[in-house]
Amino acid sequence: MEHLTFEYPAQRAFTARAHVGVVGSGDLEVLLSPAASMTATVDVRTSVDGYSHIWKSVLDRFFQRYDGAAHIEINDFGATPGVVALRLAEAIEAIDLAAGNSGAHGGSGVQGGA
Amino acid sequence: MNSAVLQAAAPVLADSFIELPARERVRALLDPGTFRELLGPFDRIESPWLPLQGIVCQADDGAVIARGTIDGEPAVVAALESAFQGGSIGEVSGSKLAGALELALRDCERGRIVRPVVLFETGGVRLQEANLGLAVIAEMQAAIVALRRYVPVVGVIAGMVGCFGGMSLAAALCSHLVVTKQGRLGMNGPEVIEQEAGIDELDSSDKRRIWQLIGGEQRAATGLADSLVDDDVQAVRTAVVDAFARGVPKAHRSEQVDAYLARLAAIDPQTVTPDTMRAVFGADASAQIKE
Repeated sequence: MEHLTFEYPAQRAFTARAHVGVVGSGDLEVLLSPAASMTATVDVRTSVDGYSHIWKSVLDRFFQRYDGAAHIEINDFGATPGVVALRLAEAIEAIDLAAGNSGAHGGSGVQGGA
Repeated sequence: MNSAVLQAAAPVLADSFIELPARERVRALLDPGTFRELLGPFDRIESPWLPLQGIVCQADDGAVIARGTIDGEPAVVAALESAFQGGSIGEVSGSKLAGALELALRDCERGRIVRPVVLFETGGVRLQEANLGLAVIAEMQAAIVALRRYVPVVGVIAGMVGCFGGMSLAAALCSHLVVTKQGRLGMNGPEVIEQEAGIDELDSSDKRRIWQLIGGEQRAATGLADSLVDDDVQAVRTAVVDAFARGVPKAHRSEQVDAYLARLAAIDPQTVTPDTMRAVFGADASAQIKE
């Protein structure tokens, strides 16, 4: 098991939280909650050691698309990068749904998932 | 493209219960809009033992507990997430289940009936937390036995993991068991039996044989489960509501010791087959016992 942490600058605040996924084979769990400061922090616990560079690539790409001061906790059980990206997008979608699609935490930068 | 042809070819998809993760199963059984989770993932009550063994935790330890109503009556539903560590019972996940049942018991003792439902999808004790898991299963069983004096305790075994080990005993203590054809109920799992007793005793890759022995259909036909339903959200929900409508049985299975000993005595372990098992344990025979 490996514990990785990442930090990204953020301009918008998240107001809701979301929980998606399960710590099952090839899958992961994402807990996304509002951050105290205008920074996004990501805590990854993964069952597969030695892939921090891949995690960085996946998260770099995610934060290019979504901007939000969130605390993201990831419990990973061997998910592929594609599954990780999908679960992260699903968490954002869950927050958008909770906010009634009103974009409580921002405009195109957060919602541009296409 | 011809849209009429496409429409005709579209398969009728059942609203599968088995495909739902634990939290969605609970949500599906509670009346719409009443789901209120206790100790959810953001409470982060995780297993303290798994990280010491290099295993990644899940924020809810694979147990989902929610209060709400079923058919308008107060209820608590507890479910195990089979995708996380096989739905196994660790110190935390087991304590959440036992605690949920004990809270319901306290309410019942004060005259406020709470309907308890347990969704068993579990290989039993989590081996990494051995004795703590066993201890908490005993607490769960004690709570089920105490609760069922007030209200039926309803168990659901939908599949695909099934219900094994100490948790099969907890399921057996329930007032009413709802199973699907895909569900399985047994003490030792097929792989364990093959490993311990040899492949001549049981070939765990023989799926047909396994389900003939311990599958939901056989368990219902032999009176060890009460409702056999399709893998369909509405069907499971209806069976659970009906189980509460039936009320507390006059005598639970575990109170019919003599009758079950007599049936066991009528079986020859050398020659018993799923069919001869049905002849002795048939649902008719069990209906007679219940009267």
